[in-house]
Amino acid sequence: MAFISFLAALIPLDGLGHYLHWGVIYISVANFIVIVLMILTFITALLAPFPGRSRRKESK
Amino acid sequence: MSKKGFRPDVDAPEWKGGHQPYDIIKEGTIALIVVALLTVVFAVMFGSPDDKEITIKTWANAAPLDFAQTALGEMNGTTTTAGYGAPYNTASTGQTLGPLQLAKWAGVRIPINTEKDFVIRPLETQPYDPTLSSALTSWKAASSTQQTTWVNNFTKASNSMKFVNGNVVASTSDSGPVPVFINDLTHMARSGALDADLISGGSFFTTDYTKPLLFLSDGGYLAKLAQDQHLLGSQWGMMNETNSYPGQAWLWLYTFWYQITPFSSSSNADVQVWGMMMLLSVILLLVPVIPGLRALPRKMKVYRLIWREHYRDQ
Amino acid sequence: MSTDIERQWTTRLRHRVAGKLPPEKVLPDTQPAYVASWIYVFGVATMSAMAVVIGTGFILALRGPQWWHESSVGHFVNSLHLWSVEIFFFAMVVHLWGKFFMGAWRGKRTATWMTGVVTFLASIATAFTGYASQSNFDSQWITTQAKDGINSTGAGAFFNVLNFGQMLMWHIVLLPLVAVILTALHVVLVRVRGVVPPYDDTKKVGEAL
Repeated sequence: MAFISFLAALIPLDGLGHYLHWGVIYISVANFIVIVLMILTFITALLAPFPGRSRRKESK
Repeated sequence: MSKKGFRPDVDAPEWKGGHQPYDIIKEGTIALIVVALLTVVFAVMFGSPDDKEITIKTWANAAPLDFAQTALGEMNGTTTTAGYGAPYNTASTGQTLGPLQLAKWAGVRIPINTEKDFVIRPLETQPYDPTLSSALTSWKAASSTQQTTWVNNFTKASNSMKFVNGNVVASTSDSGPVPVFINDLTHMARSGALDADLISGGSFFTTDYTKPLLFLSDGGYLAKLAQDQHLLGSQWGMMNETNSYPGQAWLWLYTFWYQITPFSSSSNADVQVWGMMMLLSVILLLVPVIPGLRALPRKMKVYRLIWREHYRDQ
Repeated sequence: MSTDIERQWTTRLRHRVAGKLPPEKVLPDTQPAYVASWIYVFGVATMSAMAVVIGTGFILALRGPQWWHESSVGHFVNSLHLWSVEIFFFAMVVHLWGKFFMGAWRGKRTATWMTGVVTFLASIATAFTGYASQSNFDSQWITTQAKDGINSTGAGAFFNVLNFGQMLMWHIVLLPLVAVILTALHVVLVRVRGVVPPYDDTKKVGEAL
């Protein structure tokens, strides 16, 4: 039974959603977070140093 | 070395530099473990939405007048489904894209006669009741002109429609059997029998919910619940999920067109937006062969970041 | 005798495959030195997410479409399925952005780009049919709205989003098959052509054609 209760979400997103509104843009906070994370992930992927090449950089 | 004819947005320079060890199987294994773990973490933390479905029974009990008005609309042809056109009926041409009548050309493949399928036939399945039985008999014996007159007279009286003591009543005298139909169909809906009849459509096994869903969406109740959940088309609803969950965020562009003119005020918005999205999809597909577009990444120079080690080494 | 064997369709096909995709290209142990950015992991991340989506979908399929409404275990597997889909699209979109900014279609890689775009579109259709097969309030609303868009193109006459059985079949049989085949084709093309080399910034090049 403890296992079953573990299956229930810790922070269920069951409350009514919050929405952001700028002019024609109308977006749920959840979708907004997903899109912002996507852009941040993309930028991080471009900027973060890639392991394996760092040794060469140092020897340069 | 001749660079003649080298097109920087089409051809790639031959790589003459070195190679480095790169373990793609290890990378894939780690990626799989990370993604699986992230999935478990999100599922444990947030769960997933599952708002219970709406039945016609729920609707007719929560909003009996909305149900009764919708049922009358299925008879007088004013509901969305009754006036839809293809693929359900021939009541209208449907949406057009310039000269293209795509829906009409595809034809009536899922025939639905709202008066017969949503009102008369379900009532015929009801257990014997003398009032209903004679109402159905007089309906069938009447000419179609007479039927139309009855329905129109009841439609005129529908402003006075009330739900009193479990019955739908309206002040009308010359509507023939129509008031009995609407009242009995409302009873049937409130008991759950209409759900059962529309879903099964006379067979035991079924997986097709076309009829009950169309009837349900003709009323105002489902849309009201959807509006509360920010799911209406005008609320960018296609990319939204019930409650606070992220939805199909990747539909943002498709949803966007519906919010702006000319689409937001067009009666052919659906086919126009679909046409637009198909065109944009084809453009995305053909980026490698579209001059100008395919030069964008070279001109925007984001690649200098991606390959910064390579350019630093040069 | 040996020339007869050489002329066999089977032998010719083997030679062609072996020529285009020798083992060291299928499973290369090195990459060109310019392959040194985190952006390269998002293709693999997308495939990993796809594997989790398919795995959790398999478990849901084992118990049938009612299970996840009735049991907390089923609901948990549904949660896994949902979040793996969110991660799948997340990774795929980042992968798409990365490949666009690399101009990854250069050097006879047009087909690689195109199979990727079609996989993206097929994935959207697969996800949509999943949302349509949820059999809850969300799917009722989504299907009754989406029918207007699809009907307006004429496709609704054949692809009836209000038919739960039809949508479930598209979602768990037809579209996943298409998505997996397209992904396999995409990966084979990546392996045949290799990873696109950087733009040549050392030479001034005239107007692009």
